[in-house]
Order: sequence, then structure tokens, then C-alpha cells
Amino acid sequence: MKPTTPAPLDPVDIQRPQASPLREHWEIFKRNKSSLVSLTFLGLLLVLAVVGKGLTDWTQALDPQMVRLAEKFKPPLSPFSSQWTPQEDAPLMGIYLLGTDELGRDVFARMLQGTFVSLTVGFVAVGISISVGIFLGGLAGYYGRVKIGFSIPVSFELDDLGEFYRWVKIGFTVDTLIMRFVDIMLCFPVFFLILTVVALLPPSIYNIMIVIGLTSWMGTARFVRAEFLRLREQDFVHAARAQAIPEWRIIFIHMVPNAMAPVLVSATIGVATAILTESALSFLGFGVQPPNATWGNILADGKSFIFDAPWITFIPGFAIFVVVLAFNLCGEGLREAFNPKLRKQR
Amino acid sequence: MTAYILRNIWQKIILLVFVSIISHAIVHLAPGEPSLVDPSNPRMKAEDIARIRAAFHLDDPPHVQYFYWMRDLFSGELRSFKDGRPVLEKIGDRFFNSLALFLVSTLIVWCVAFPVGVRAALHRGGLYDKAATLVSYALISIPGFFLSYMAIIFMVKNFNVPVVGLQTFGLEEASFWFRSMDRLWHLTVPALMAAVAGTAVLSRYVRSQMLEVLSQDYMRTAYAKGLSDDVAVYRHGLRNALLPFITMFGLMLPDMIGGSVIFETIFAWPGIGRLGYEAILARDFPVILTLNFITAVLVLAGTLISDVLYAFADPRIKFQ
Repeated sequence: MKPTTPAPLDPVDIQRPQASPLREHWEIFKRNKSSLVSLTFLGLLLVLAVVGKGLTDWTQALDPQMVRLAEKFKPPLSPFSSQWTPQEDAPLMGIYLLGTDELGRDVFARMLQGTFVSLTVGFVAVGISISVGIFLGGLAGYYGRVKIGFSIPVSFELDDLGEFYRWVKIGFTVDTLIMRFVDIMLCFPVFFLILTVVALLPPSIYNIMIVIGLTSWMGTARFVRAEFLRLREQDFVHAARAQAIPEWRIIFIHMVPNAMAPVLVSATIGVATAILTESALSFLGFGVQPPNATWGNILADGKSFIFDAPWITFIPGFAIFVVVLAFNLCGEGLREAFNPKLRKQR
Repeated sequence: MTAYILRNIWQKIILLVFVSIISHAIVHLAPGEPSLVDPSNPRMKAEDIARIRAAFHLDDPPHVQYFYWMRDLFSGELRSFKDGRPVLEKIGDRFFNSLALFLVSTLIVWCVAFPVGVRAALHRGGLYDKAATLVSYALISIPGFFLSYMAIIFMVKNFNVPVVGLQTFGLEEASFWFRSMDRLWHLTVPALMAAVAGTAVLSRYVRSQMLEVLSQDYMRTAYAKGLSDDVAVYRHGLRNALLPFITMFGLMLPDMIGGSVIFETIFAWPGIGRLGYEAILARDFPVILTLNFITAVLVLAGTLISDVLYAFADPRIKFQ
């Protein structure tokens, strides 16, 4: 039998990479079991948060604000007793899954509502911080050498010749201005600053998100700037510039996606930090105000009853712990996935 | 070297001016005023409020107030809105309490993190390394105040450790030694709790730094010339791995104020963080601003100290 000759290699196929970059990152990410488990867990949590938001808003059995004073401090899994409370106030399936608090509110319903609020605080705060970080870091990296400044006339007198003017130029590069601003922001004690601003502003959940976001963008700005300094000299940027593509398009459509790797890692860990910060603020009494429940303020309310009703403190405490841990492990997995040293050798 | 330090200090002073302007603007432009803290007090009449506002220059435009603040701060005349005591004196009273807490917890952090991190690096991928990684991630993720509450319940029930305040009430007549031991005993739990997160973070840094050093050529050379494992790891490896941590010592300085608010509040520790918290509650602007300013000074001093220390420790670094 005539041996079959191997098909000639298509020159285009040789040059084409074996797998898309995204796929390659995903392969590395999958290797780390704990990160994979965390990612799955966070995905489920996101679904739970959205479903829980709907359920707590629209079903009476899961109304987090339902006060049943006769049923206060019931331990987890205790059944609903209809002796004093009307039947229509019964919790889901007639069982307090996670017990009740000092007003007889269902801790399960409150935790469900808190899941949505806490995750929103985390994601919106991080959204603000990476938007500011990418914008300022991108400007500093792309327009780094551009000088902006102004001239001021300085008058001086020579003894016999009268008054003279001279224009003195004061200018800084964009890079200097932005990075000095980053340095200034880094001088503030972050938690103390957040506490000050949140205490001075009227209490509102939006203020907390904005303040956490506006005090945590400095790391992102530095990462993006460093990436931009590297990307600025690469061929695809030169090519884009040669085609007279508008600069904002080069920055945000061509360069930012290539600079996202470190941003994604720090954003993942940033969500964890924001949730922790919110819970710490709630603990000090400056957090999200009732009637909005978050894990932080359920815990803060429960701490007065820690000996009589430990579940009110421990359930949100462990929830925060597990979710923050999942975000941190996920961030670690991403860091490994984006680490060029770990990429498959070709 | 001296020229470098002087130029550095000059740049930092400029930064400091901007920091003070921004923090002043944030505090004064935000709504909420000291005179509004206690609106239900019947003894506060309209003319009293006007008198207080005039005494603290609150009716002047913000930039004038800024100059008053700066002038009073540097002449030591700055007084608290709340009780009229000089701010620097108030902070000075609390400073040493915070310093004690900071020093002890830093000591714990460094004494625990280094052995753990080095061992984890040496047994990379082993059971110990995995356990250390998991535990440190867990300790980073747990809210500090939640852990403190669990510790309070556990410690008070089992060890009878005091968890409230600075010293036992009514011990003022006791001997000096007895009082010092009492204070140290009160310091135990707060310092341990404040050290937890730092230990977890630092041990991760030590591990990655040690791994980096262990893969260097000079380590192979050290093994190749027949040095024992201990000498190679601790004399050749650890020394080089230690270099970046010199800088961390300076960078940890500002944590003394910022990081301590939660722990000082939980353990009723009369330190600077708690002073700041009380000042925020009372809208005591001079105290808030001065604490912000001092923290900024500590941050900048910390970076300067770490730069200089690094230059002394690493002969490869040269200042232009």
C-alpha cells in the first residue's frame, strides 16, 4: 500500500496561534482548583442575589421588614408558631431557616436582601474606581510627554532702563501632573478619610459606593499607566495612529483592552475590599442605613445580642468571610492566569 | 546623598501642602457643621451659635479658614471645637497608647510572618505550604471586628484576659511593675487582633520573595560549593530576601492612625484612632484635619525613611 503523504502545511496555519489568548488564560485558571471552585461559587451567588432581590421585594413570605414581635430570637430552623402571629406573616415553608432577630424579622430574608445590596456596593464601588483609574492612568500613559502649562509675565526693573517684562513658562507634563495627584491621594489615610466623608455627608448607600470608589482608584491608575507606557511603542498602536484613528478611540478601543489583565486582578480583589470596608463602616454605625439590610449592618445590629442570639452575628460574619475569601482566591487565580511566566511554552 | 534627601524633602513638603488643602476642602465643603451636632440643646441660642461660629472663624470663606488653620497648627494654638483644649495636647495624650499597640502588634507580625513564610517557600507545594496559604487567605478575608468578637467571647470565657480599656480600674496605687504588667496584659488581645491581617499579608510576601531568591544563580552556586542547606538558605538566601522588607517598615508607619480605628473602638483603647472616631462624631474639624495632616506626614516620612534605609542596605542603589 502506498504510504499517504502528509498534507502540506498551510503557511497561514503555522503562524496562527494554537489557542486564542482567552482560551489559554482559561486553561491556566482551570488548573487552580480553589479558584475554579470560587468562581463557580461567585456565579451561583450572583444568581442568588438577583433571585433574592426579586423574592424579597415581591413575596410576603420573604419580606425582610416583616416584624413579628412574638417570634423574636428564634434560633435557626425553628418552626413558625401561629399562636400570636397571623398565618399570612409566616416565613417561607413555615420555618425560620436562619432564625429571627430582636424584632422577629426573618434573618434568612434579611440575608437574602443583604446579598444583593452588599454585592451592589462592592461592584459599583469597584466600577467607579476602575473607571477613574483607567481614565487617569490612560491619559498619563498615552499623553505622558505632552507638556501643558502657561506663561506668566514677570516684571523686573533695571536701574536706569525702566521696567521690563519677561514671559516665564510654567509647565508640567501630563504624566507628572497625574502621577503627583496619585501621590497626593496615597497620602490620605483611606479608612479614616472614608469615615470622615461618610459621616459628614447625609447617610445614603450611593454616597458609600462613591466614596469607596473615589478613594481606591490609585492602584489601577498606576497599573494602567505602566501598561500604556509599554503598549505605546507597539506596532498596532503605530498602525492605528497611521490610519488617523481618533486618539480617544486608540486609547479606549485599541489600548485599554490590552491593558486589562492587571486591572481585572485588582478589581476582583477590590470587590472583596469594598465589601469589607462597607461592613466595617456599618459596624461603626456609618454604613448603609435601614431599611436596607446589608451583611455589615445585620452583623452590627446583632452584636448587642451576641450572647443571647449568636446566630444573628455569626451568620452574616461567616457570609462575609466566605464571599471575601472567594473573591480573593478568584483574584489569585486570575493573577496566575495572566502571569506570562506560567504560559505554555511555544 | 544629602542633596538627594534634601530635594526629596522639598518635594514632599509641596505634596503635603496639597494634601492639607484637599483635606481642608473636603471637611469644610461637606454639609454638616459643628454647631448643628446638638440641635436639641435648649441652652444653644441663636446668638450662642453666632458667637461660636465667630470664635472658630466659621463665617469666613474657606481659604481664609485654611490660613487660620495652618497658622494655629504651627503655633500650637489650634483648639478643639468640642472642649477648647489644644489639639496637639489632645493628640499627644493619646499618642503613646497607640504607639504601644502599634509596636507590639508589629512585633507579633514580624516574628510570626517570617518563619511561616520562609518555611512555606522551602517546602513549596507541600502540605505545609498549602495549609499556610489557605490559612493566610482565610485571615485576610475575615472581617477584623468579627474575628475580634469571636476572640473576645473565647478569651474571656477561657483565659480571663481583660479585653476592655488600658488598665484595671483602681490600680493607681500599685507598684510600678505591677501596673506595667497589668497594662501589658490589657494590650495582649488588641495587639493580637490588630496583628492578624498584617501577619497573613506579610507571610505571603515573604514566601514569594524567598521563592524568587531561591531560584537565583547565586543560590545554585552556594549549594554547588558544598555549603550546608542551613547556611545556604539563611546566610545567602534570607539576607537577600530581606532587602525589600526594609522598605516595608517605613511604609507601615501610617497604619498607626488609619488602621487602628476599628480595633481601638472595639477594645475601648484610648488611642489616636478612637480620638479620630470621636472627633468625626462631634464634627470636631480641627482634630480631624490635624489627624489627617499627621497621617500624611507619617506616610511621607515613611517613604523617605524606607528610601534611605534601602540605600544603606543595598550597595547597588545609587542616588543621583
